[in-house]
Amino acid sequence: MDGSNFDDALTGEQKIRNFNINFGPQHPAAHGVLRLVLELDGEVVERCDPHIGLLHRGTEKLMESRTYLQNLPYFDRLDYVAPMNQEHAWCLAIEKLTGVEVPRRASLIRVLFCEIGRVLNHLLNITTQALDVGALTPPLWGFEEREQLMIFYERACGARLHAAYFRPGGVHQDLPPELLDDIEEWAHKFMSGFMVDIDGLLTENRIFKQRNADIGIVTEEDILNYGFSGVMVRGSGLAWDLRRSQPYECYDEFDFQIPVGKNGDCYDRYLVRMEEMRQSISIIKQAIGKLRDCPGDVLARGKITPPSRTDMKTSMEALIHHFKLYTEGFHVPEGEVYCAVEAPKGEFGVYLVADGSNKPYRCKIRAPGFLHLQAMDYISKGHQLADVAAIIGTMDVVFGEIDR
Amino acid sequence: MSEAMTELGTYLEAKRPDCVLAWDVTHGELNVDVAPASLTGFVEFITSDSTCRFSSLVDITGVDYPGRAKRFDVVYHFLSMYQNHRIRLRVSIREDQIVPSLVDIHPSANWFEREVFDMFGILFSGHPDLRRILTDYGFRGYPLRKDFPTTGYTEVRYDEAEKRVVYEPVSLVQEYRQFDFMSPWEGAEYILPGDEKEAEAK
Repeated sequence: MDGSNFDDALTGEQKIRNFNINFGPQHPAAHGVLRLVLELDGEVVERCDPHIGLLHRGTEKLMESRTYLQNLPYFDRLDYVAPMNQEHAWCLAIEKLTGVEVPRRASLIRVLFCEIGRVLNHLLNITTQALDVGALTPPLWGFEEREQLMIFYERACGARLHAAYFRPGGVHQDLPPELLDDIEEWAHKFMSGFMVDIDGLLTENRIFKQRNADIGIVTEEDILNYGFSGVMVRGSGLAWDLRRSQPYECYDEFDFQIPVGKNGDCYDRYLVRMEEMRQSISIIKQAIGKLRDCPGDVLARGKITPPSRTDMKTSMEALIHHFKLYTEGFHVPEGEVYCAVEAPKGEFGVYLVADGSNKPYRCKIRAPGFLHLQAMDYISKGHQLADVAAIIGTMDVVFGEIDR
Repeated sequence: MSEAMTELGTYLEAKRPDCVLAWDVTHGELNVDVAPASLTGFVEFITSDSTCRFSSLVDITGVDYPGRAKRFDVVYHFLSMYQNHRIRLRVSIREDQIVPSLVDIHPSANWFEREVFDMFGILFSGHPDLRRILTDYGFRGYPLRKDFPTTGYTEVRYDEAEKRVVYEPVSLVQEYRQFDFMSPWEGAEYILPGDEKEAEAK
């Protein structure tokens, strides 16, 4: 007996084994229908196996039997937190294949609404992540602002959420003239009111910091290994933003900064999101200014877009074109393209294979959340169970886009 | 952009003539066809080579061409955050062929390969955990193959008598509505109603 063997003192009941728990699929901190099978050693996560697909709707299969225009609304339903950013990728892919040039006014409207989408997304993400770590007030305030933005959506296209506003060749219709003034007024209020409030509530909040600082650290190597994009990259100090590095639409003429974090933890990602909202507001203001000096049409009139209503009243050809466009749809020349946009969650891409008919032959939707969630096992290993909620929160997962 | 891509394509062909079967630049994007056997070697090369540095794997997906002898295309997208360019690799395989897995080089390939397996039934050798990912537990068939019907084969409902969810073969009260809006003057490969009389009359 050297005193090191205590096995004989343990009864069967006292022997310690790892504990498996099911996190979700109906858990408020799972941000949707995520089922995590967690193996716990005490309160420390040893293994984390995400089971996804509970919201799988077969979008890609459905798209193969519908026309290009009919497929557009499916994109609203992917990441339903920032719908228009997804539509944007689809429109860009079609425009790249057909070689259509978008009118400048439409391009500016797209930028304006993409940035509104980014604010919508970050508002939801920051505030609900705060809720996950125990702060109840931010979501109540944040959703107030989201409501305002949804009303702007509604005034532009008639729908609060599933917009179907961006169309191949432009945007569906022009903005009502007062809308720009109202958005501008809101932007000023948002910066001086809500942003200051939320900053005061969270940024230096002791509990919020304790729950987020040094949790879920992502290094440059992890970014490459796990294919991260968006805030997950910028939070770790890499200034990678598709709006800047591979500019699409007319982002190259806007003046904005790309915020980066230092430590790559949950807290830095929160700070990056806050700063991105401020930058988005600045882009929104610039876009409104440019839109005021830029009247004109919002659709590139041609094969893939409908004729104007006045044309339809007078021209038989325009009427026929309108009818054919909404029944048969337009044909996209054969070829394959990959188009990516900087969605609020990261790189959202569409890989489109066209066979020259009116339906896509194959469309692959590349969702940023899919890769972020994949790294869940790696990132959460060694963290406490309570940190899992904080990590899921800053990964910014939405199951509409992950499960497709 | 296109010139840089062409330059890169030439460079790749010169460096690894054994791997590159063909390459082209269309719509400003570089496509490279690779044989399945040389895939891992080639990916390792483009990841580490200083001119390429395709450090992140963006996407893996499949495309089904039932009419071809090599039925599937497995398509890989890579991105270099350092050189700021993208590349697309295409690997054509027969239905019974196995593709080498990229999990050892890019851990992010894990779920992508599971998804391709789930949707197309393509197997990846060397994958640590090739389970279905998006479809239901116990799902059968490969949904994104062109011969898989959009409606699927089974439907689910909660059975009040048995007090559980039951699976049943799909029964549609009305035929699944799949409209063909193609113009009959352009591409219709079927006989339009009434046209069969023309053949009889001759």
